[in-house]
Amino acid sequence: MNEPQAAEELEARAVPAPSFGRLNLVWILAPLAILAAAIWWLFSADLLAGFNNGAPPVENLTVERTILDESGMHLLVRAGGSQPMRIAQVQVDSAYWQFEQEPAGPIGRGDAAWIHLPYPWVLGEAHRVTFVTNTGAIFDHEVPVAVATPAVTSTNLLSQAALGAFVGVLPIVVGLMFYPALRDAGPLVMDFLLAMTIGLLGFLIVDTAEDAFEFAGEAAAIFQGPALVVLAAATSFLLLTAVSRRRGSPTGLALATYIALGIGLHNLGEGLAIGAAFAAGAAGLGSFLVLGFTLHNITEGIGIAAPILKSRPPLRIFAALALLAGGPAVVGMWLGSLAYAPQWSALALAIGAGAILQVIIEVGAFLVRRRGARTSTLWSPSILAGLGCGVGFMYATAMLVKI
Amino acid sequence: MDETALWLQQRLDRRLLLTGGLAAAGGTVALAGGARGQASHTGHGSVTASAAARQPEHGDAHGAMITVGEVDNARNGFDPVQMLAEWETGTVSSLPDGRTLRTFEIAAEDKEIEIAPGIMFPAWTYNGRVPGPTLRATEGERLRIVFENNGSHPHSMHFHGIHTARMDGVPGAGLVDPGEEYVYEFDARPFGCHLYHCHALPLKRHIQKGMYGAFIVDPDPARHPEYEAIARSRLLGSPENAGWQEFVMVMNAFDTNFDNENEVYAVNTVAHAYAKKPIRVAKDKPIRIYLVNVVEFDPINSFHLHGNFFNYYNQGTTLTPTLSTVDLITQCQAERGILEFHFKEHEAGLYMFHAHQSEFTELGWMGMFDVVEAVS
Repeated sequence: MNEPQAAEELEARAVPAPSFGRLNLVWILAPLAILAAAIWWLFSADLLAGFNNGAPPVENLTVERTILDESGMHLLVRAGGSQPMRIAQVQVDSAYWQFEQEPAGPIGRGDAAWIHLPYPWVLGEAHRVTFVTNTGAIFDHEVPVAVATPAVTSTNLLSQAALGAFVGVLPIVVGLMFYPALRDAGPLVMDFLLAMTIGLLGFLIVDTAEDAFEFAGEAAAIFQGPALVVLAAATSFLLLTAVSRRRGSPTGLALATYIALGIGLHNLGEGLAIGAAFAAGAAGLGSFLVLGFTLHNITEGIGIAAPILKSRPPLRIFAALALLAGGPAVVGMWLGSLAYAPQWSALALAIGAGAILQVIIEVGAFLVRRRGARTSTLWSPSILAGLGCGVGFMYATAMLVKI
Repeated sequence: MDETALWLQQRLDRRLLLTGGLAAAGGTVALAGGARGQASHTGHGSVTASAAARQPEHGDAHGAMITVGEVDNARNGFDPVQMLAEWETGTVSSLPDGRTLRTFEIAAEDKEIEIAPGIMFPAWTYNGRVPGPTLRATEGERLRIVFENNGSHPHSMHFHGIHTARMDGVPGAGLVDPGEEYVYEFDARPFGCHLYHCHALPLKRHIQKGMYGAFIVDPDPARHPEYEAIARSRLLGSPENAGWQEFVMVMNAFDTNFDNENEVYAVNTVAHAYAKKPIRVAKDKPIRIYLVNVVEFDPINSFHLHGNFFNYYNQGTTLTPTLSTVDLITQCQAERGILEFHFKEHEAGLYMFHAHQSEFTELGWMGMFDVVEAVS
């Protein structure tokens, strides 16, 4: 312990401390000053004038929210042009229609504005909104099936919460209720269950990432959807890993909690998808579909139970775990049905993907430790069967819910 | 206009009434009503009936099918209302043989024009306007058109009329490079309602960019003794002609994003121009419309008059109607003709006219006659 300290002291003596700080300041300011000068030169000398070939400005418009109600259609658009954009006219189904823009005037790069259209939309039918800018460029937005956007009323929130609980909380509870039956499981069954958990999480991470990238693709270009997803997933993975490893690798209840958290974030995404389907009217959500989601999520409860089979946690812990893993489905339903912008959905799903990755690694580490840190035995029949069953069950039940 | 405004106030949400005279709402109310009629059916797809029953009455939204705002006519340099009866008659002189020589001076130029409120279009124009000037001459005159190309591309003036190959205004015969000039010369014949347009290649692009205009040849009454009175009524400047209300309407359209489909339809360029400012006509004077179709990309266009019927002279080359008592005619591109009708026995009020391709109507090709007792 003493030797490194001595070395630090030596270093500190070698460099004169006061001038060091001033020099540092100069070396921070000098590059910034050059950057500022370069920016000033770029604009004052009009360096890009030589590139001005008379082409019209690049324009981009993304519709982030679509709300249909008794007063017509309301669309939140985000501009992504090289210059502020002007929406000159709006067509609905190839007819110029009266509209109001809020706020009025040109829409700056990255800014959003509401377009209010007092249009008598037709229930259950498709409508196409076309924005015509001052340069004559057009941007189409499809409303595939026109249904009224659910308003934030207690009745709506309650029925959505009920549905969210049905697809999110109920299957977790059912899965956790296998706990007593599994308590006396031998080491082989434990291996199988943990491997199955890894398998189902593997399926979920693919599913979540796919959804995240899909939402990212719908977001305005300015948000750089794919980069946003990758960065958010990496950040959530690193943060959760750092937190969970403060006191060594998580086991038992801690591991179960992290599994529940990862699954919860995935269920948030599932809720978003169902809610968005409701809002867009794209999917008439049949009871078959809801049942599919419920079946699909039952193994998640078993996965959460697996690490705590050897401890005996009180009942409220189970309730908390079920709420952590299933509850976010309800929140997702609410957010999704209110048609929030795709970049927020992509962000939520990406965080979920990072969390699931963290849990996969932790469950894997737990499994290896149980096996006395001999990775070669990971290829035992019970573990391979568990992995296969986890992925297979998730894939098979997902068939029920893919449209 | 006061009646118009009052009439609209009863129908339109005032909050959305941006400017006066949005007469187009008449059509909208009918459209909105139709849509509401359909809104009652429930149980689409797997949306349950109970869920559908909870839907709010979305059909209550009452907007107008209209472009929002006003076009800056001063910036465009032309006014669709004035264009209706703006005849370019050129300068007149006499040839040694005693015949009349009529000389027109036309210049092609590139110009950005506003074709609907806020929508700018990089047009190619004759004399800075779209459609180009309405050239009007009398049967038998010698015509000389001095055409100067100040644009950025080669252009020409191809007249629908009788002339020699050298005067055809096609590549090899009167196609004019930028900065050059050409003089087209031919006799004004046959009489009728014709047009001219640029025949440089690619033809589609040159036409839809705005290079066209009406070319009217009035009949010489002396050459048509059997229909002299009718010929006189068509001859600009005659006392008989002064008893008519004459308008030129060039049905055109614009492909603003160059995908070979039109985004804006109109007569005389500006979408909904005559819907927002109805054309005032007096009950007691007959109306004559010189109608020309130049719409690119769509095979046909049409003209439908509300509450009235008209006589039609296809291409205007006859003095007796080619179609009698119709309220709709169709025209392919470059087809044209003369419509004659009156509102003598009608109540005063707004009478709509539009293409009976609903798509064109809803994209700007719609207008109104404001029939009054007397035009002040």
